[in-house]
Amino acid sequence: MEKLLGTETVKRGMARMQKGGVIMDVVNAEQAKVAEASGAVAVMALERVPSDIRAAGGVARMADPRIVEEVMNAVSIPVMAKARIGHIVEARILEAMGVDYIDESEVLTPADEEFHLLKSDFTVPFVCGCRDLGEAARRIGEGASMLRTKGEPGTGNIVEAVRHMRKVNAEIRKITLLNDDELMTEAKNLGAPYDVLKEMKRLGKLPVVNFAAGGVATPADAALMMELGADGVFVGSGVFKSESPEKFANAIVQAATYYNDYDLIGKLSKELGAAMKGIDISKLSLEERMQERGW
Amino acid sequence: MGTIGVLGLQGAVEEHIRQIEALNYKGIVIKKPEQLDIIDGLILPGGESTTMRKLIDRYGFFEPLKQFSLKKKPIFGTCAGMVLVAKSLVDANEFHLGLMDISVKRNAFGRQKDSFETNLKINGLENPYKAVFIRAPYITSATEEVHVLATYDNHIVAAKQKNILVSAFHPELTADKRFLELFTQMVETNMNQPGYTC
Repeated sequence: MEKLLGTETVKRGMARMQKGGVIMDVVNAEQAKVAEASGAVAVMALERVPSDIRAAGGVARMADPRIVEEVMNAVSIPVMAKARIGHIVEARILEAMGVDYIDESEVLTPADEEFHLLKSDFTVPFVCGCRDLGEAARRIGEGASMLRTKGEPGTGNIVEAVRHMRKVNAEIRKITLLNDDELMTEAKNLGAPYDVLKEMKRLGKLPVVNFAAGGVATPADAALMMELGADGVFVGSGVFKSESPEKFANAIVQAATYYNDYDLIGKLSKELGAAMKGIDISKLSLEERMQERGW
Repeated sequence: MGTIGVLGLQGAVEEHIRQIEALNYKGIVIKKPEQLDIIDGLILPGGESTTMRKLIDRYGFFEPLKQFSLKKKPIFGTCAGMVLVAKSLVDANEFHLGLMDISVKRNAFGRQKDSFETNLKINGLENPYKAVFIRAPYITSATEEVHVLATYDNHIVAAKQKNILVSAFHPELTADKRFLELFTQMVETNMNQPGYTC
């Protein structure tokens, strides 16, 4: 019986198994175990969480493979890791290490300011950020098997994630209403591959799973993103930069599952301690914003 | 026609619902234990078994799920669902629901890069079936009461015992409805028993 590895079904399917769940950024084995115990569906192994990347400045690169390895050995849930946009070799290293998913991420300093990775070339699946349907479609065209809103990472401010989720969903709704003969011009306007748009129109939705990311700091934030149609939630700095990571992790996982049970989310939000300190997006200069990275 | 529930704590829930509806059954997402009383069959979907188990405990699903099985109502566990129903797990001290006499190894085929699809010969299906394995488990041993439905590389990847059906692969990720039909037949047979009440 022929065995086919890394097919589109296998790569996109992997993300489908993560639906309704929370993926947490972790920087060591100990945090990974806290995330797993809270019910996270996967962890993202990093050297620094986004808010620390912001604070540290300089060039942010792929994590030290030792950290990724440590996390892979610590938990049985899937482990993701970030490679710089367009950094073919960082991505190949992570693939060779057996990482379950690679995030081609704007949180790291881009290695290529013109081209993204040709993700269809890899056996390992990729997740990419998007702010609108054009960006989503381009990433899918390159072979991304999963998307996430970019939001504004490391800010603890949900406003950009909300903006991006609403934008993608509104543009999808528009696509489904277009006549077939109007689709090519829309592809031109959005900067989206025509075939990908056609598939979206046929399905009435994105052909891949779309999580929310970039600013989730509380259980209510996670539930809000689910309410707006996210398939799941990435939490970056929100868990381990809060006052009580275990409590936050547990509460955010439950809030994602029961996002429309407001009594429950109210209870979950009680006496959690301080959430991560947030940043007003308007106080960030253009150079400090991560969401503009990616093309 | 009966109603089939999909445990909706996490994982590929919507994908199962779509297939259930394509076979003209009513599909509902199960988020509360009391919903188990209104369904004729239950699917434990693919997802992360450790996550699902945590949520099963947290929301009081553990005993109601066991009761559901004691009533002989059909249960179909896919991937993570197969891990949840096993009586023992390789490399773990604890098992979860313990509904089926099988021993299961988690992530048995390896990590995501080893995930694959293949054309599988399944007992009861005439033509090969495209099976999608994602960080999949397999059954390392089963008692005589368990009917093996499919093997891959000499490992058991689909089986049935009384009211429980399991697959290591994901029928919900392909358009082929034949494997789910094996389950709806179980639901149908159970509903046709004299004195059946939901």
